[in-house]
Formats: sequence, structure tokens, C-alpha cells
Amino acid sequence: MEYAMPTPSLNAIVEAMLFVADGPMTVDRLSELLPEYDRAAIRITLQELRDGYDARHAGIHLVEVAGGWQLRTGTALMPYLTRLVKGKPPRFSPSALETLAIVAYRQPITRQEIEYLRGVDSGAVIKSLLEKRLIKIMGKKEIPGRPIIYGTTREFLEVFSLNDLKGLPTLREMQSLEEVPPFEVQEELPLKVEP
Amino acid sequence: MSGLADAALFSTGGGAPSSSFYNVRLETFEGPLDLLLHLIRKNELDIYDIPIALITKQYLEYLSFLKELNLEVAGDFLVMASTLLQIKSRMLLPDPEPEEGEGEQEEEDPRTELVRRLLDYQRYQEAGQHLGDREVLGREVFARLAVVPELVPPADDEILELDLFELAEAFRALLAKVPASRVHEVAGTETVSMVDAINEILSLLQERDMLAFEELFLIDDRRERLVVNFLALLELCRLKLIKVLQNIAGGPIYLYPAVTAEVADGVRDADALP
Repeated sequence: MEYAMPTPSLNAIVEAMLFVADGPMTVDRLSELLPEYDRAAIRITLQELRDGYDARHAGIHLVEVAGGWQLRTGTALMPYLTRLVKGKPPRFSPSALETLAIVAYRQPITRQEIEYLRGVDSGAVIKSLLEKRLIKIMGKKEIPGRPIIYGTTREFLEVFSLNDLKGLPTLREMQSLEEVPPFEVQEELPLKVEP
Repeated sequence: MSGLADAALFSTGGGAPSSSFYNVRLETFEGPLDLLLHLIRKNELDIYDIPIALITKQYLEYLSFLKELNLEVAGDFLVMASTLLQIKSRMLLPDPEPEEGEGEQEEEDPRTELVRRLLDYQRYQEAGQHLGDREVLGREVFARLAVVPELVPPADDEILELDLFELAEAFRALLAKVPASRVHEVAGTETVSMVDAINEILSLLQERDMLAFEELFLIDDRRERLVVNFLALLELCRLKLIKVLQNIAGGPIYLYPAVTAEVADGVRDADALP
């Protein structure tokens, strides 16, 4: 019924773009595509759309993920969607998860550092995480031997439904990451243990 | 290396006689730190005051148990064993003369380093579990797959021919998706000859004029069938009966008939094929 709407609203335009986009859309990207609209208006539109989906308990939600906005289904619908979506859901072994956690909290980190923390050879698991594009090579560490350093990727944030690294679970021992810029060389995070 | 067995000795379940390979309850430890944490929890020990003799004894028991099962003990486990023994002996012996340059360390509990590593490890293990509990894309939550149908024959000027390496890489990627082996499968119940595979590909191409590379392998996902299909594809290329093309480098791969249907029919009936 497009002919009935002479001028589409910004809400409609943004919603349609989010629907068609194949990944999270950043506000930057949206304002680049919509130069005729005010950036602040786009931002407000996103929030209105999000609230709209939530208010009517829609099948999809507009969520902030990996620094952008993406339409995603609600968790409650999982059993129905697995009927539709073919292929195996992603599975992560405990070793993959603990290695990912180490890279996520300690990046940039070398393989040697990962192996010291895990106590086991981690070549295979690092390779597999690289292949799944959950971690990436960030460069080389300026120490003798110039070992490769690893960090997490945008895909990591997308897959684990995180908007940024600050959204990582705060564990009982873990202080907020807020004071630590995620991609700068960092010492061990201030992890505290309650005896 | 992970993938080590934890059997009757370490499990709560009823132990099976060690001669029986099949009834041993298996539990995997990610590594020596994981095993140590397991022992500490099982014995309800204080991680800050580990009775090193007890832990070392149980740790070594576990390693010899693995050897009994003829399982390979990964080097990482042996390194930890020697670390434990070293700590144990340092705790038994009176402090030696302070070594040069290390004088201030003489007061340190030999277990400190190990405890710190165990606590660190425990934290990341928990952090990993939390990650695993999150809403994972493609598992709990879904986004649009946004695959624009590409099964439109590409315009002629865009067609790229594939070299063998790209084809082999595509095949490798496909094989990687297939489970390595199914233990209970009875081998040799149904063998597919290459001639059959070739005929199948040709008849599909006759119906459709083009085929996506992956479609070839949707027919049957058994490994040997995949290999036969791939060999058939190579043979068809060699006989110049099909063309293997893609429209963008690294993009989806399509098969096209290289000759008219009549010619293909003629070849199909020939016995010349291997």
C-alpha cells in the first residue's frame, strides 16, 4: 500500500533499512545514508522504534549490538525459530569459551600469555576462534620475538549479543571494565577475590 | 590438551572395572589447572591453604590412572606434576641459603604462584561460562539472514573461472562441516560409483541448467559420498562437460553444462567413463 503514503516517515525509512540490513546499523551509517535527516532525529527514531517493538510485545526487538542497531528475535521465540532455521546452532566448547573470555578481558594478548593462564597448549583453540572470526590478530607485541597479539572482533560482540566490551559480564571478582579502555595495552585487569 | 578421562576414581558414579573400556564414565578436564580445581573442590579444600602433599598424591594418581587406560598424558599435565613435586619438596625442606638476587623471596610460600594461577584460571573459566550463557546469535536469538537470492546466472562479463585451488578450498570448507565419522555406521552398505555420481550431476544440470556448488553435496552428506561427488565434478571438468564458474572472486560457485544436452546424453551412455 505504498501509494497511500506520499512521504514516508523517518520511522518507516529507518525501520525498512534495519529490516534489510545484513548486520547491525550504526547511527553513523544511517546518517550517512540519510543526509537529509538530522542525526539527532535518527537517534530518537531508533529509540522510538525500539520502544514500539517492546511495547507491543512484538516478535522482534530492536537491540543495540556491536555498536549498532539490529532487529533480533526475542529469546522466548527460540523454540519456534529453531524449526525454521536450518543448520546447527553455534556450539562452544568449554575450552573455546574460557579462551574467548581470556582474550576478551585481557586483550591484546599473546598466545604465550593465554597458555600460561590456561595451563595448556592453546594453538588449536586459537586457530578455531580465528576461523570463526571471534578473535583476530591485532598486530605484534613489541617484545623480543615480536609475538602475535590477539583481540576480539566485531563478530564476537554480535554473536554474544554485546554492544561493546563494557557489556561483558561482571563477575563476582571482576570490577567494571569502564576505567580500562578496551583496546589499549593493559596490564592485568584489577581482579579482586573475596576470600 | 583436553579430552582426558575421569573414571571411577574421580567420579561419583558407580565405577566400572578398569578392564572394561566401555563403561568408564568420562569427564574431560581442560588442563592441569582444571584438574587441580576439581580436586580442590572434591576434597572441599581451602584454595589459599592447599595441602600440597594430598593434592600432589591425587594428581599423580590421576595421571597414572590415565596411563592404565592407555590414554596419552599431555605434556602440560606432566609439567604441572613436576611443579607440584617441586612445591612439595620446597615445603618439606628447610629454606636453603638465599640464592643470589632472590633473597627477598625466601619468605614466600612456595604455593603462592600456583594459587594465583588457580584463582586466575577459575575466574576465566567462570567468565567463559557466563559468555556461554549469553544470548547467542543463531542459538537463542536470531537476526535476519539477509541472503539476497543469487541463483541468477551472472552476466557473461562478470564470470570468472575458478582455479583448482579455489575449488579444492570450497570442497575443504564443505567437508569441514561434515562430521568426521559415525562410529556406528556399518561400512560398505551402499557404495556409490563415480559413474552414478556423474550421471546424477548431469541429469540435475539437464533439469536446471545450473547448479550451486553446495547443492551438489546436499544430496547426501556422507563423507564418502561427498568425495565421490567431488571426484565426479573434477572428472566432468576434465571431460569438458561442465564449467565451474563464479561471478565474484570468493563468491558462490556454480556449475554449468558445457555442452548441449544431446552430447551429454551420448556420453552418459558410453562405457568409457571410469
